[in-house]
Amino acid sequence: MTQTAMNTAGLAEKISIRNLKFFYGDNLALKTINLPLYEKKVTAFIGPSGCGKSTLLRVLNRMYDLYPRQRAEGEVLFDGQNVLNPEQDRNMLRARVGMVFQKPTPFPMSIYENIAFGIRLYENISRSEMDGRVEAALTRGALWNEVKDKLHSSGLSLSGGQQQRLCIARTIAVRPEVVLFDEPCSALDPISTAKIEELIDELTTDYTIAIVTHNMQQAARVSDYTAFMYLGELIEFDETTKIFTSPSDKRTQDYITGRFG
Amino acid sequence: MASSLSTAAAGYSAATSPAAQALYRRRRRGNAIVLSLSFGATLFGLAWLVLILGALLYQGFSGLSLAVFTEMTPPPGSAGGLLNAIMGSLIMTIGGVVIGTPIGILAGTYMSEYGRNNKLTTIVRFINDILLAAPSIVIGLFVYEVIVVQMGHFSAFAGMAALAILVIPVVVRTTEDMLNLVPNQLREAAAALGLPRSIMIRHVAYKAAMSGIVTGVLLAIARVSGETAPLLFTALNNQFWSTNLNAPMSSLPVTIFQFALSPYPDWQKLAWTGALLITFTVLALNIVARAFLSPKAHK
Repeated sequence: MTQTAMNTAGLAEKISIRNLKFFYGDNLALKTINLPLYEKKVTAFIGPSGCGKSTLLRVLNRMYDLYPRQRAEGEVLFDGQNVLNPEQDRNMLRARVGMVFQKPTPFPMSIYENIAFGIRLYENISRSEMDGRVEAALTRGALWNEVKDKLHSSGLSLSGGQQQRLCIARTIAVRPEVVLFDEPCSALDPISTAKIEELIDELTTDYTIAIVTHNMQQAARVSDYTAFMYLGELIEFDETTKIFTSPSDKRTQDYITGRFG
Repeated sequence: MASSLSTAAAGYSAATSPAAQALYRRRRRGNAIVLSLSFGATLFGLAWLVLILGALLYQGFSGLSLAVFTEMTPPPGSAGGLLNAIMGSLIMTIGGVVIGTPIGILAGTYMSEYGRNNKLTTIVRFINDILLAAPSIVIGLFVYEVIVVQMGHFSAFAGMAALAILVIPVVVRTTEDMLNLVPNQLREAAAALGLPRSIMIRHVAYKAAMSGIVTGVLLAIARVSGETAPLLFTALNNQFWSTNLNAPMSSLPVTIFQFALSPYPDWQKLAWTGALLITFTVLALNIVARAFLSPKAHK
């Protein structure tokens, strides 16, 4: 792990990952990860398949808790509080750390309800307030203009790219502080991908973002910081420009130049 | 065919050799034999179905009149209808479904959403499958033993209990299967919003599996609405109008059974009409169930 010569002055660590180990049963999938996620910055996790980047992302909102025999050791400090603490309320954590998945996952309900559903869980607001919140979320998700006339048709009737933006809107509607993206564009066409990347860029004014991607150009385009992972280890973490122009580790260089992975 | 094969393959000795030709002829012959056997078997099976439906339509329609729906089952030799039997069937089928469906859905939900990898789920699924295949007369006998003998008399309530026991395994099975078909990503997406599992199940998983579960319930209704054996031992029959759940109650299948076995032509005619009614109800339920499962229903 090299964290050299990085200008981190003035950057707050929204999430600090400390000595994190992750197990699938007895299988060690993450080997002592130390990594910061800076506030209102985009951090990309890159690396070949099976390197543990999605696993790492799923630790941050304790998604792994849904499955037996998966466990994490170490600390994930979120605003200084260890969220791996068993007393941590998982649903509260997930309200603050939102997640967008690889495949778009609209709920089987109307576009409006897809957004309102999550809000209603945390807030008891009037119909008109809810209308405003739904519009704001869809606008923020760059989808409002396309769906404003059919808010009550099914979320499943949208195209793949629109569905994914609906999922992003749904995630930010509950006002999280961190948004995790797990390969959000790998099921989308290039135009939808461009829209989502643009959206991620706009979201950094308010949110801390972590994105897992297989697409190195995408990491270079959207992220401020990049973490390169390989075989469950964090090989290198640095500013994205540094990683893609002068990586300090030979393996990082080999990966970004396409020599393996 | 043989000649075109040989010209097409001219110059390729292996395909045109006499041995190969004989082989092809043998295969074509074999194909023709199996094809005609399969075709014959299909015709044989369908013929009975057509005969049954034809007899049912012919005999049933000739007895169909408004009186069937407005008058009680008659004593031998006089005119009457099936009103009390239709009503009894409706009451007991609805009762059985109302009792059995929630139990089935809750059990199926446990198996799919909470205990998918539990040993308990494996055991329950195994026992449920046995129950699913159990002859309905066994269930009738069981309810007779447990309810009728204890209460000291036959009752509509016992009939409902027997039908409920038939409904439960069907609903358990379809609920579990349909919830298992809901993609896990949807559950993760719901969890990622911070939804507690109970809300996820009610608002996301049930919504996604709704058409399948409804289909299961409709098929369960179709199955129990024609059951005779479980009612014979439990609700028995009633010549008169009765909506008292604590008393014997008439039902279409049992009335058909009784009337069809009787020597009176009037009764036999009513039995045919009753059979026609049940068949059409089950057919209608099956069509509705299919409509629910069709892709159009998901829009």
